[in-house]
Amino acid sequence: MDLSYGEAAEVFRTEVRAFLSSRWPPAADLRGADLKAFIRTFRAQATDAGYLYRAIPKIYGGSEQSVDVIKAQVIREEFARARAPMEVGGNGMNMTVPTLLEKGSDEQKDLFIRKTVSGDYIWGQGYSEPGSGSDLASVRTKGELSPDGKKWIINGQKIWTSQGMQSTHMFMLVRTEPDAPKHDGITYLLIDLDQPGVTRRPIRQMTGEEGDHTFCEFFFDNAETPVSWQVGERGQGWYVSRTTLKHERASIGGADGLGRQFAKLVELAKEVGRIDDLIVRDKLAQIEGSVLSHRYTSYRLFSCAAAGEDPGPVALMMKLLLTEIGHEMALLAQDLIGEHGFLEPVGAGGRGNRGPRGPEKWLDQIMGSLGNSIAGGASNIQRNIVGERGLGLPRDLAMSGER
Amino acid sequence: MHFHLTEEQTAIQDAVRGTLAGAWPIERLHAFADGDDDFDRTSWDALMALGLGGTLAPDSGMGLLDAALVCEVVGEAAAPGPLIGQLLAVAAAACSDNGAAKSHLETLASGEKVATLVHGGSAFVPCARAADFFLIVDREAGVRLVAAVDAAIEAVKAADRSRPVSKVAIPADAGETLFAASDPMTGRLADAALVLVAADALGGAQKVTDMSVAYAKEREQFGQPIGRFQALKHQLAHMALDVEPARALLWYAAYAWDAGLPDAPRAAAMAKAHLCDIYVRSTRAAVAAHGGIGYTWEYGLHYWFRRAAFDRAWLGSPAAHRARAAVLAGW
Repeated sequence: MDLSYGEAAEVFRTEVRAFLSSRWPPAADLRGADLKAFIRTFRAQATDAGYLYRAIPKIYGGSEQSVDVIKAQVIREEFARARAPMEVGGNGMNMTVPTLLEKGSDEQKDLFIRKTVSGDYIWGQGYSEPGSGSDLASVRTKGELSPDGKKWIINGQKIWTSQGMQSTHMFMLVRTEPDAPKHDGITYLLIDLDQPGVTRRPIRQMTGEEGDHTFCEFFFDNAETPVSWQVGERGQGWYVSRTTLKHERASIGGADGLGRQFAKLVELAKEVGRIDDLIVRDKLAQIEGSVLSHRYTSYRLFSCAAAGEDPGPVALMMKLLLTEIGHEMALLAQDLIGEHGFLEPVGAGGRGNRGPRGPEKWLDQIMGSLGNSIAGGASNIQRNIVGERGLGLPRDLAMSGER
Repeated sequence: MHFHLTEEQTAIQDAVRGTLAGAWPIERLHAFADGDDDFDRTSWDALMALGLGGTLAPDSGMGLLDAALVCEVVGEAAAPGPLIGQLLAVAAAACSDNGAAKSHLETLASGEKVATLVHGGSAFVPCARAADFFLIVDREAGVRLVAAVDAAIEAVKAADRSRPVSKVAIPADAGETLFAASDPMTGRLADAALVLVAADALGGAQKVTDMSVAYAKEREQFGQPIGRFQALKHQLAHMALDVEPARALLWYAAYAWDAGLPDAPRAAAMAKAHLCDIYVRSTRAAVAAHGGIGYTWEYGLHYWFRRAAFDRAWLGSPAAHRARAAVLAGW
């Protein structure tokens, strides 16, 4: 075993560092600058250099590099070290662009990819509906063709749309063939959210947060979208939504967040004067066993990805592990903050005063850890996936069709 | 970066697995468990014939990770024999300046002479009656190699039937001193022992998980395989979620030891604590997943259950190692 990336990667690292030191100044030099414009220019330069938007063809604003998980990791590390911005984030980059690259028409690629990459288009994910949680294929939002056959007319409701208040567009699953079998009557549509038939409303969640950065629900009342904005065949939307992301996904970055959070938990124990408590120390070390297992497993996945080898069922476990470890940390944090837990954290609800945040700030994390067990595939569904795909156990009879 | 097994390492595991499948089938484990021996020469010789005894010798071209991979498979098979003591005795003798100890190097590496590990201060020693040597590793007192004839050995009825212990008293001045307490090798050998026990635990935890999954696929109730039921499916998923990620924790601990990284002692302590907890949890869950059959003597899950309890307590409890890890982290 060898945790170094090898000589070629280190040569590449030097190159990335040189680029960053000439193009991305230290924070102090950025004061007073038009930061937005500066970042835009920087991203363009970094793309020209082949560091950003690597999986996207040049004609759509990317740098069109071949897949190289080691290089991608070096780029992530060096950009993080320099605190330089990476790609525009969100659903657009993670979902829309890869889906369009694989299944979109040339017109759709032309229309959407460049503007998504630039951050002009922000995409909401229109999958979840009230009443269809883990049974995603049970969507009821209706899509009907206009009499002239040129438009889809959409009626229904979507929920739990991240960044919904900011989104300019949505990719969504709608039921277009009500009589077809569940998975074969769904069509994948792109839609402009800035139109009279669309109403959005922020969801206030248990953390108290409400606003631009959390969730929305959307109501569609004869909303319209051109037929040419339909991705893939009519009725095949379920399979379009299954488009997998193959591009440089393996990252050991994902594990760093957990490690940083654990370090903060240790700091919290010191801050509240409990670090010498033998039970607290034991519990911390127990949790750290899981945190380290997760980190080294992410090394393992990264290493396999770099070598083009299959890591086996452990790849299916990472989301659930992250959730469970976060939950363990939250439980200990709750014990540690004690009476501070009686206080609402400063800034909660999106309208609190700015001010020093005490140990009660952990309430955000404590409640946030519950969100992880629901978002992006509920934990019980993840356990089914581990059991069925990972261990080869027979599928639940109630689950019909593809999953 | 390379953080998964090489083809050679996978081949080593396959060779050990194949050898034990032939030399240590479950029927032999059953017979051994009901007998009074604390050693099985046939399976030991088969294992040693693979030339693994010298894995931890500095010139072997292998290392602690390779040794751990072997111990993992031995744990999986719940095979008898003091392999951990043997591997460490060879490492200790090879690295020591003690000429008397060095003279045993060849017979130890070949497996002809048997050495078992004595945790400093512990009265109980696995495979003591079959051992030619006791390797005493004690962070506070150093490392010694003692001929078994110099010790008083009293047979006891042992709980771990796959790796029975005897009660042993060793005179304080017996044997050869290989390393003083202050010698870095003492700490390294103690750390290596932790990693190898963790590897035994990993193998056992994976084994009982695999047994449970296989049983859930084949056992039918209400007209269908019980693995279809979500309650059991989730229980089995939890077992896998315990074991599979912890594999990388063990690998890291072994890698850190081989590479001489500063966090190697802490990684060893974390791996021992974490894997041994998981082993006990897994065997408990496995019995529950099996239902009545899992509770019978004949089915044999209890061999791993007993071994899990042994591994957990041997060389210090998870709590003791976590307390050490906390100190090493500067908390």
